[in-house]
Amino acid sequence: MTSLPSGVSRREFNGQQRLATRGDPIGDEPTTNGWRAWDSATSKVAAMLDRDMAIGLAPGQRVLYLGAAAGTTVSHLADIVDVVYAVEFAPRPVRDLLAVADSRAGVIPLVKDARQPDSYAHVVESGLDLLFQDVATREQTSVAIANRRFLAADGRLVCALKARSIDVTREPEAVFETARAELGEAYEILAAERLDPLHRDHLAVVARPRPNDEHEG
Amino acid sequence: MDADGDGAWFDGLDLTNEEVAARSIARGEAASPRDWPALAVETGVVTDEATYYRRLQAIAIAAAREAVSRYEGADDRQVVHAVNTMDDLDRTANELAERVAEWAGSLGHDDIAGPGDVARLADREPAGMLAERLHDVAQTVVRMREDRNTLASTIERTVPEFAPNLSEMAGPILSARLIALAGDLERLAKLPSGTVQVLGAEDALFAHLEGHAPSPKHGVIFTHEYVRGTPPAHRGSAARALAGKLSIAARIDHYSGDYRPEIHAALDERIARIQERDA
Repeated sequence: MTSLPSGVSRREFNGQQRLATRGDPIGDEPTTNGWRAWDSATSKVAAMLDRDMAIGLAPGQRVLYLGAAAGTTVSHLADIVDVVYAVEFAPRPVRDLLAVADSRAGVIPLVKDARQPDSYAHVVESGLDLLFQDVATREQTSVAIANRRFLAADGRLVCALKARSIDVTREPEAVFETARAELGEAYEILAAERLDPLHRDHLAVVARPRPNDEHEG
Repeated sequence: MDADGDGAWFDGLDLTNEEVAARSIARGEAASPRDWPALAVETGVVTDEATYYRRLQAIAIAAAREAVSRYEGADDRQVVHAVNTMDDLDRTANELAERVAEWAGSLGHDDIAGPGDVARLADREPAGMLAERLHDVAQTVVRMREDRNTLASTIERTVPEFAPNLSEMAGPILSARLIALAGDLERLAKLPSGTVQVLGAEDALFAHLEGHAPSPKHGVIFTHEYVRGTPPAHRGSAARALAGKLSIAARIDHYSGDYRPEIHAALDERIARIQERDA
């Protein structure tokens, strides 16, 4: 059994063991002794940690998060790492993301389209430790490949592929097979697991960039 | 590595001017990232990386806040006015055009038989003082129709920006009508789908509630091809299925704002099944 990253712990909330991080609570989420419950039913990153996937998360890191939405997962990551660049394109969830950024050092909100990394490469630095991706576009694999430029050579892609956003007409397993082949051109896949039943038709992928530069998007 | 800030969001900027720096974050771009925090320190923009991240966070928050408020200004409330004005222009232009056609017939323009012929009259050279007045009104009708069309294309551009799912499903104009009938997007999102189904059929609904008419099967959503294109015997089912998914689309647009391809596929499948039934 892989141990949890430092900064993440299993704590008891109302008699239930749940993942938690240490930080100021957001809204009325459950807390215990300064630990905030991290809901693996809503956060795919929490679901991955809950299944003991090794995602390479550690304190002190600088990370990029694509598809930050309202920033709940971002807030937990910010409890652990130093800097989170949080990219979200839809203006409405950004209102909640801003509340997260206001309450936490190191959260850099960016209202940008993850399919256009040029539009934030003047802000987001190179050599990052982790690239998180949770976007609902058809082109999820090309987004991961185009954003590889932000990762350090020994960095990790941590990505939740959503079959129904890529192609609703095909079986999820077939969609994932194509996606893995596409990702495989720029990344070496280290682990891949279905997140069912917590997140239906999602494939969690941990990968590291291949050493050559020819696939820079 | 050269100690220059070429391509960086902070290149050549005074970071104490938050407004200008926020604009650089919002509009700038670069082909490839670099170690921006280190470069900011090397070029003397900031004294250390901790200060860099503090400044960057404050400025990025300002830029994001500006993007959000710009979005909320170009919002559903404006579209309600726009679509109501468009419908007023439609109705008024048609009413006026009928009057013009009637008058034109009395002046010997035998080919100007209805509202559709008024544009042709507006192109003619009027002969006589009263014919000139008629000509002026005919031109007014043409202008109103032009305004109506420009307004329609503006609505078509605007609605997908704040209601991507609703406008994918119903088209921007019908979406705007539904939003206008509900009051705004939030109120539409909160309506039960049975109410969405009969929005725009209030007269028929009240007649039904008073007990002297059957319940209406559909309101403005009748103009949707999924209702109109379904055989009359199954239109009620089609309208109910469409209204249900429109409600879901409005809720996603209001509460989350992201585009969800799967709800559109689910509606397509449901309507196909209804239309396959025997009449």
